[in-house]
Amino acid sequence: MAEKEQLIIESGDASQPFAYAVGMHGSKFFTETRDNKRFMGLKCPKCGKVYIPPRGVCGQCFVEMNDWVEVGPKGVIGTFTILRFAFIDPETGHQKPVPYGYGFIKLDGADTLLQHYIALEDESKVKVGARVEPVFAKDRKGSTRDVEYFRVID
Amino acid sequence: MDKAAIIGVGMTKIEANKQRETFADMAWEAVNKALADAGMTIDDIDNVITTSSDFWDGRTISCMAVADASGAADKNTSCVEGDGTFGAFYGYTRALSGSYKTTLVTGHSKGSQCVSSLITNSSFDPIYERGLGMDMITACAMQANAYMDRTGLKPEDMAMVSVKNHGNALKNPVAQLPMKISVDDVMKSEMIADPLRKLDCSPVSDGCCAVIIAHESVATKFKQQPVWIRGLSFCTDHFFFGDRDLARSKSLAEAAKNAYSMAGIKDPKKEIDVVELYDAFTYQELLWLEEMGLAEYGKAADLLKAGHFNMDGPLPVNPSGGLLAGHPVIAAGLYRIAEVVMQLRGDAGAHQVKKAKTGLAHGVNGLCGQSHCVWILDKER
Repeated sequence: MAEKEQLIIESGDASQPFAYAVGMHGSKFFTETRDNKRFMGLKCPKCGKVYIPPRGVCGQCFVEMNDWVEVGPKGVIGTFTILRFAFIDPETGHQKPVPYGYGFIKLDGADTLLQHYIALEDESKVKVGARVEPVFAKDRKGSTRDVEYFRVID
Repeated sequence: MDKAAIIGVGMTKIEANKQRETFADMAWEAVNKALADAGMTIDDIDNVITTSSDFWDGRTISCMAVADASGAADKNTSCVEGDGTFGAFYGYTRALSGSYKTTLVTGHSKGSQCVSSLITNSSFDPIYERGLGMDMITACAMQANAYMDRTGLKPEDMAMVSVKNHGNALKNPVAQLPMKISVDDVMKSEMIADPLRKLDCSPVSDGCCAVIIAHESVATKFKQQPVWIRGLSFCTDHFFFGDRDLARSKSLAEAAKNAYSMAGIKDPKKEIDVVELYDAFTYQELLWLEEMGLAEYGKAADLLKAGHFNMDGPLPVNPSGGLLAGHPVIAAGLYRIAEVVMQLRGDAGAHQVKKAKTGLAHGVNGLCGQSHCVWILDKER
């Protein structure tokens, strides 16, 4: 068979919209951040681990969690990266301006890490173990974007 | 416990963009190569497992779309969404179930048809993680930093993995990215997400792999020399990255321990002759080796530097070039199994390692190694 032109069919602009239920635990987490600028975690009654983001079950112990505890708002960088390559922003469909910092934050009093942006005010200070604080958005709607980013504090 | 063996393998060439082939065309090629390798016809296969991901394939029930070309007509066929090693695990359990004798397992993926960062972004939690733009490279860069922070390793140490694996790929005809490069080339390549540079990352790839797993009662009935499955285990870590210790991989340590125990392996450093593992990024080869007990924690880079993991070293790791030389997601772990089988049979051609009786194949499902599947394969029963 002779080599012929290889054709492509594009999917076009069609999208698959979803409405994700945040659930009872996440809804409390986001409304507390939105209304009171505080982070709430759930504590396991068996192992005592404090989970952020909160969820109903401690996977390790396989028990239900109902004990809310306030954590943070300050914490330390658990690990991080600085994005240098412009990936497509899943929320906008456009390339994200680079560079930007991304990290896992261990909020004071929490045993798991929360992921968020890290401001690159001084790149040399963005390190594992650096102390950070959240910068809250002025207009908060009840999502991860209610925190604009975390910034390194000396 | 009954035994099972791998009696045939087939791999398509791994390429950046297989525009001539649909998913079914890739499956057709890999399946026929595996059947020929085994000396079987499709009538000798009594059940089929296909492995794929609906997001990567851009459609639902993606596995069923390749069933015809995989010879599943009128047979019991089932699907796994995840890495090929997990599909093969299912195939193995079927071969041992008493209901089946010969299981054909395929795994396919095409990274070329989508925006891979958007696909990997979709694997994250839609409420807490996805909207911030987390994707595979971002996540793995954070894991690399956590690993470097814990061990004191430098980017130059990780770069040696890229040099070795791209170099090994020069002798592997199915590899996508054979390259003779230096640590300096890796360190000068574009920074994608600190500390990962372009040559620390595996490429976007297309490919399909097929393996045939037979119950011991029929394993020697066909022409091919069987490679025996002596140990096999998979274990899973927490879903949320923030719940895990990213500088370690306890699920891999557990999976390896279980697989060694099943295989009767007491000292894996001495008893394993060849390893094919899931090096989606350079640092992963080092971390995975350490968690599998093939190097002390934080010390794999020293062994690598000394040539320990070279093709002619005491423990060759990724003689095929690994994922850094071609990363068809989903199929990648199945390629690892197929490569180890070829090595143990002495059929690996130009990238054949010297002494290989017992081999280890490793697959990962979930980002940054949430789940690991470890296979111990052996020339002898």
